Amino acid sequence: MKSAVVQLPGLNRDRDMIAALTKISGRAPITVWQTETEIPDVDLIVIPGGFSYGDYLRCGAIAARMPVMQAIREKAGQGVKVLGVCNGFQILVEAGMLPGALMRNSSLKFVCKEVKLEVVNAETDFTRAYEKGQVIRCPVAHHDGNYFVDSDLLSSLEDNGQIVFRYAEGTNPNGSLSDIAGVMNRDGNVLGMMPHPENLIEAAHGGSDGRGIFASALDVVAATA
Amino acid sequence: MTVTLKNGVLDPQGKAIEGALGSLGFSGVGHVRQGKVFDIEVDGADKAKAEADLKDMCEKLLANTVIENYAISLD
Repeated sequence: MKSAVVQLPGLNRDRDMIAALTKISGRAPITVWQTETEIPDVDLIVIPGGFSYGDYLRCGAIAARMPVMQAIREKAGQGVKVLGVCNGFQILVEAGMLPGALMRNSSLKFVCKEVKLEVVNAETDFTRAYEKGQVIRCPVAHHDGNYFVDSDLLSSLEDNGQIVFRYAEGTNPNGSLSDIAGVMNRDGNVLGMMPHPENLIEAAHGGSDGRGIFASALDVVAATA
Repeated sequence: MTVTLKNGVLDPQGKAIEGALGSLGFSGVGHVRQGKVFDIEVDGADKAKAEADLKDMCEKLLANTVIENYAISLD
């Protein structure tokens, strides 16, 4: 499985993401700069975390309007898997590729800690390494992760199984509506999540709970199980 | 252009400001909502076109219409 990591000015989690993808898939991802209008043939495109464009205007707002996003939108339309983590999630929401909005944390503070995540939907291309209802550990580090959708959209997300992760056991770090930590699009090939699974993939990280997301998306579940 | 959060969307920054105004001793302060103001200079004399362009700018970039409203005033 081939993967690509998108790079934009201000993103700073790209190196962690490249390391995680390389370790789990056995091959280094291609890197794609923001001005590129075509993306090579890959199975998974990852938009990593950070502070693209200094979080100016709204987190992810400027990045979402860069040329590379049109190319990603086209690939997603063809069924290529797209994963956005943290700022990557904010960018996907701003680009209109995922529903809802990510607002300032209700505490108004930047949170950097470990949370618990419930795998709400384990029948996705990103979560099949887990079981439904399984609770995993995962680090978070963000200032604007407070997910919001209106009530109609919330019920449709629930009905369509688009809520993939929820903060569990009272660990919601940001006031996110309905404890939502990760959502996917209706077609199930675009996932956005605030927590950083790339930072919990091996013993040196203190655990490998996040590994299953990449193993699922890269189709190497059996190899890493 | 003024961009503000829609009613019903929690505004933690507005709430914090509301609390701070109260602790400064201002009484009778109701709801506080924080927003953004954009001053944009547009070339040309065609007011209708300018207004249409500004509306487009709000829809495409300046406001996130999932959570925000915008208002345009032309001088």
